[in-house]
Amino acid sequence: MKHMTRKATRHVNQNEGLIFEKSSPGKAAWRLPPLDVPEVDTEKLLGSSERKDLGNMPEVSEIEIIRHFTRLSTWNYAIDLGMYPLGSCTMKYNPRVNEVVSRFDGLANAHPYQPEKLSQGALRILKTLSECLIEITGMDAITLQPAAGAHGELTGLLLVRAYHDSKGAPRKKILIPDSAHGTNPATAATVGYAVENLKSNSQGMVDVAALASQMNEDVAALMLTNPNTLGVFEQEIHKIADIMHAKGGLLYMDGANMNALVGKVRPGDFGVDLMHLNLHKTFSTPHGGGGPGSGPVAIKKILEPFLPTPVVITQADGSLGFEYDRPQSVGRVRAFYGNFGMFVRALAYTLANGPDGLRQTTEDAVLNANYIRKGLEGVYDLPYSTPSMHEVVFSDKLQARKGVKTMDIAKRLIDYGFHPYTTAFPLIVPGALMIEPTESESKEEMDLFIEAMKFIAEEVEEDPQMVLDAPHSTRVSRLDEVAAARKPVLRWTPAE
Amino acid sequence: MRYLPKSPADREAILKAIGARSIDDLFAPIPAEYRLNRDLKVPRQMAESEIVDWFRERSRENGDGYATFLGAGAYYHYRPVIIDSLISRGEFLTAYTPYQAEISQGTLQSIFEFQTMICELTGMEVANASMYDGSTAAAEAVMMAVRLTGRRSAVIARSVHPEYREVLATYARHQGLPLSIVDFADSGRLDVRQLEKSITAETACVLIQSPNFFGTIEDVAAIADLTHKHGAMLVVAIAEAISLGIVEPPRQGDIVAMEAQSFVVPLGFGGPYCGVIATRQEYVRQMPGRLVGQTSDKNGKRGFVLTLATREQHIRREKATSNICTNQALIALMANIFMNVYGKVGLRELAKQNLAKAAYAAQHFGKHARVLFSGAPRFHEFVIKTSEDPRVINNRLLGQKIVGGLPLKKFYPELGNASLWCCTEMTTRAAIDTAAALVAEDERSTMPATAEVAEVTR
Repeated sequence: MKHMTRKATRHVNQNEGLIFEKSSPGKAAWRLPPLDVPEVDTEKLLGSSERKDLGNMPEVSEIEIIRHFTRLSTWNYAIDLGMYPLGSCTMKYNPRVNEVVSRFDGLANAHPYQPEKLSQGALRILKTLSECLIEITGMDAITLQPAAGAHGELTGLLLVRAYHDSKGAPRKKILIPDSAHGTNPATAATVGYAVENLKSNSQGMVDVAALASQMNEDVAALMLTNPNTLGVFEQEIHKIADIMHAKGGLLYMDGANMNALVGKVRPGDFGVDLMHLNLHKTFSTPHGGGGPGSGPVAIKKILEPFLPTPVVITQADGSLGFEYDRPQSVGRVRAFYGNFGMFVRALAYTLANGPDGLRQTTEDAVLNANYIRKGLEGVYDLPYSTPSMHEVVFSDKLQARKGVKTMDIAKRLIDYGFHPYTTAFPLIVPGALMIEPTESESKEEMDLFIEAMKFIAEEVEEDPQMVLDAPHSTRVSRLDEVAAARKPVLRWTPAE
Repeated sequence: MRYLPKSPADREAILKAIGARSIDDLFAPIPAEYRLNRDLKVPRQMAESEIVDWFRERSRENGDGYATFLGAGAYYHYRPVIIDSLISRGEFLTAYTPYQAEISQGTLQSIFEFQTMICELTGMEVANASMYDGSTAAAEAVMMAVRLTGRRSAVIARSVHPEYREVLATYARHQGLPLSIVDFADSGRLDVRQLEKSITAETACVLIQSPNFFGTIEDVAAIADLTHKHGAMLVVAIAEAISLGIVEPPRQGDIVAMEAQSFVVPLGFGGPYCGVIATRQEYVRQMPGRLVGQTSDKNGKRGFVLTLATREQHIRREKATSNICTNQALIALMANIFMNVYGKVGLRELAKQNLAKAAYAAQHFGKHARVLFSGAPRFHEFVIKTSEDPRVINNRLLGQKIVGGLPLKKFYPELGNASLWCCTEMTTRAAIDTAAALVAEDERSTMPATAEVAEVTR
């Protein structure tokens, strides 16, 4: 291994077994206060419903729990450690003030059913965030209820359905470009729609002629990601919107890539009828190892009657409240009001930025992607030369000649101290390397990334086997995923 | 902008490197007529201290410092401090979904442990990494039963959380999935005779909740027998996970759809919470959501990976078991740490305190009001019926900084002036005594003016 990584150094890290392997009877990390009411006879109260034994639940002390999870945490990569170039995932900095304000007692301990007059602070947060997101997207109304992006898609397509039903003409199909996220077709199927694939043109954009020929009165909506998953802005967006609207269809925008647009252009202005946002991407709420997310759906006025219940309203006396009586509503998509804790964080992020900060953020995100593109062009194959917005997609075409694929390069990147980029997506690029740096990366960090990627390209030429065997510096080497799926072991069981 | 790590000189250098004259060059692909040439109308950029002040003010407006008798699917329990110290570690907080297993073993192993503990507690064989919440988990569990049985309708107990039922209705409407509702009996439990009449050869599953919305523990074994006799599956929703410390889990059920908020996720005005689905091994390939499995690397070292991804949307697209992608990983981690803190013994003792508080409260409230559904065991919630509108009682309680029980008229009009009260280990005897006295006061008072009712309902 000729190259040294400047970003990372190996250091000692602790081994740690499963928590069950530390458990033994009599250890405890809890103590309850004395009971201030009479003890109860559980058998008398519960009869045969009483549980006597909690099986293999662990018994451990507090220090063991602290060490267990601290040790586990050191085995993770994280934004706090460095660049996380996952395309379409928008792994940006998660501001710490967001975490602090979301834990204020009046917010963290607010019961969803407490009286509205005791919930004015929470309702004000819902309303203020709604207003900000409506302005940012250029739409007319919003629901914050969906719990994640895919849940937002589901809510959006329920609105589409309700809209067409209200016109007395239910439609059967959703058009989805071949570059779309997997959630788009999965969501369409969940809402009972047939999925029709839409081919991209040679520039990686929607083939407008194909769209025109596929669009008819059976199509309820087009689900479009813009910028699309190649990081390319759909330049003919107005034609796309016109084609959809001319035949009575709706234009749905998957807002996964909204980080390329905030403060620079508004989907509502370019013909989008409804869209979801991912607060855990664009609005900085932490990914937390896979959630929680939040997927608000912003809409044009024509869809407002169908919004999920309840909706926040201002009442006659000026106080805020929930409105439940909305006869045309699609219903509820989640209990209570959505992932409120994420709304607090997203609003804190918006307030920390203001209009100038949001615009600068978008500009920096696009600037960074183009810097990486420039730095790696020629080293990796660029299948589409169309200008990049916030992310850039290369392919492994040059490296594949040596038998090295995108996943192998990604695994080698780990040795250089980076999290891999998104591999093998979008599907329209065979062997894709999808890179989104976000605005959170400094020039220094990107220079290290570009250097690492160049070193790997050299290594592929000189010693492809070394790259195929990567990563070399992690606690575990590549894991046997085939065995994991063939004979799934999905829980610990005690040794007999 | 304090989150952005570039100086003006850095930006200039990058522009120069990429051969752009100005940042506008990079936005040229956006048609000029759509570009926003003004500031967004959002509040101006704030200092961190201003943000803290703004949210502290909202927190104050939100009625901070009240004792509460509200439960109904969102429960106030004590949160051991180590939970927040551990989940605040950046390596958990700011990590992505653990697709790259070699640098995600921390998240993966903790999910594997979470899955194990959920299995132990629910009596099921496999559990997933989490769902959005209890309501969507219940809806997804019903759709899972539809796929497994090939049958196209479901029977739902009316004693399932009303908002869970609403969510299921939203999901079912476009799946061509008719839902029939089975009422509760005088005991508060599911009306078994009505259930028998409702199950048909087309019933994919019966959905119940235990403890149900009224806090009553269902006779899961009997309902399971009846359901299985007709070739249908039993889906059991659990909204109060702490109950599993002392209430026999629904071992006879086929799918458990659980809300783990009680383990001990902040109430947070309704979310984020932590749904989870658990089931039998044989049904795992129809289970939605992420799953972590154990495997080994080329040196034989134990490690963990996301597995059985062929169920999921990023592989199967429109043929996936669900469209779910992002779940509630960090919240599942909270629940995981909580389960470790209380463990095998503490969880039972904690549940027992909840049981004792509610038993004491029901007894005292029962002196002044009718306690409904006394014919079956309950956990830590109970329903009282008063002569007066419960909203008026609650208004009196607010004066003592106590939030009273949930009026049920909105969800169950036939129960009249009934309300649902919850006690946890956080409910003090003093609060119970004060509340009971104020319920008593209402029994002596006259009916209030309509205006007062209108005022307190908001």
